[in-house]
Amino acid sequence: MIKIKNISKSFKEKVVLNSISGEFDKGKTNLIIGSSGTGKSVLLKCIVGLLQPDQGSVFYDLRNFTDADKEMKTEIRREIGMLFQGGALFDSKNVEQNVMFPLDILTKMPDAEKIERVNFCLKRVGLENVNKKMPSEISGGMKKRVGIARAIVNNPNYLFCDEPNSGLDPQTAIVIDELIQEITKEFDITTVVVTHDMNSVMGIGEKVMFLYKGDKLWEGSKEDIVNSHVKELDDFVFTNKLMRGLKGK
Amino acid sequence: MKEFGKYVMFLGSLFVRRESFGTYYRLTLEECMQVGIKSVALVAFVAFFMGAVTTVQTAYNLVSPFVPRFIISQVVREMTILELAPTIIGVIYAGKVGSSIAGGLGTMRITEQIDALEVMGINSSSYLVLPKILASLLMYPLLVIIAGISSLVGGYLVGTITGVITPTDYIYGIRVNFNEYTITFALIKSYFFAFLISSISSFKGYYTQGGALEVGIASTAAVTASVIAVLLSNYFLAQLLL
Repeated sequence: MIKIKNISKSFKEKVVLNSISGEFDKGKTNLIIGSSGTGKSVLLKCIVGLLQPDQGSVFYDLRNFTDADKEMKTEIRREIGMLFQGGALFDSKNVEQNVMFPLDILTKMPDAEKIERVNFCLKRVGLENVNKKMPSEISGGMKKRVGIARAIVNNPNYLFCDEPNSGLDPQTAIVIDELIQEITKEFDITTVVVTHDMNSVMGIGEKVMFLYKGDKLWEGSKEDIVNSHVKELDDFVFTNKLMRGLKGK
Repeated sequence: MKEFGKYVMFLGSLFVRRESFGTYYRLTLEECMQVGIKSVALVAFVAFFMGAVTTVQTAYNLVSPFVPRFIISQVVREMTILELAPTIIGVIYAGKVGSSIAGGLGTMRITEQIDALEVMGINSSSYLVLPKILASLLMYPLLVIIAGISSLVGGYLVGTITGVITPTDYIYGIRVNFNEYTITFALIKSYFFAFLISSISSFKGYYTQGGALEVGIASTAAVTASVIAVLLSNYFLAQLLL
């Protein structure tokens, strides 16, 4: 479980996050949603430590990450897997080397075992016979899958996904969403997904946090969204006819 | 001053939360290939013609019959060892390797590859930059030595083929009144330049923000700053050590 407490972050005069608190449950896909520029990615970066919040704390299973020393932070980070928006695969390494990278750096696993683990993870995300391909030779959807394989290869306790289906066709986006949810259940990890895709919200949003202009305006499950009675959330969610039909507007 | 302070902090960050020795050993060898071996041909080519041109131009300026011809190769030797090999090759190195380092790190930054390393608990600056600096420190002095030899060979071949100096005079001029300290001085300079070019270029690339345009700007800034640093330190080292 991840707990955030009063997270605030500003860039110069601009307040991006205003005292955000909440919990992300283990074994669930927790979503942070909101329009572009509402601070979702900044919040995610504060949670994983890529940005230092101005105020507030992040707790990983009761361990205070924000105020931890460098060794403790490194230890916690090694329990984290993250899927970046563009995949963030290392250009100079092939698919196999990309997925194996965390094992090379963070473990003393024998080579044969590493290859076995890499092949397992690639198979798990539906990729086979692409081990020797370079990132430039595979599609956007495949890059995301390789990114997921790399994120889970070291058995993380926490999985973070930043806009996992941006730039993907709707069919591939659903496949990636389902894959994230399956992995969350299968490995019983705490997953936090940042998205503004309503298909993802309605598909995998077991716990949803809605951000609006740096404030947390709403929290609940995908089922609760329909009856939220929060105007900003309604405006965000029910932007198309299909969704308005769902609401009965 | 703020930028300089940031640079010093950046250098300090290379030595905390390091990975295993084996990791750095492997990465440094890979970087040696990139920054060193792949630069040999260019460095040798440039130095060859630097030596050749220096020979021809020195001969052109030595019109007095009272000045012996071996002075030509003596001038080529001194210029090559003291200035052309360490400094001019430094400028070439900044253009080739410095821009490549800044561009590579800048691209890694904007495509979140550096963030990916950080999230894994890896000190990205140490992991990515320290091997580049170590490789430069190992390879640049070797490139300077190759450049020196290539320049002297270039001067010899062009000088003797065009008839501006005889082989005997050229070899004599190379050897006469030779002060070994000039080699030491050139190598000391080469270590300074290697460090400055690799660290400044890494610094510029590592802190790139924005998109593809900014990567290009970072590359240009890396070369400009490196060349200025090389030329300034060249002057101060000459004042200090000669």
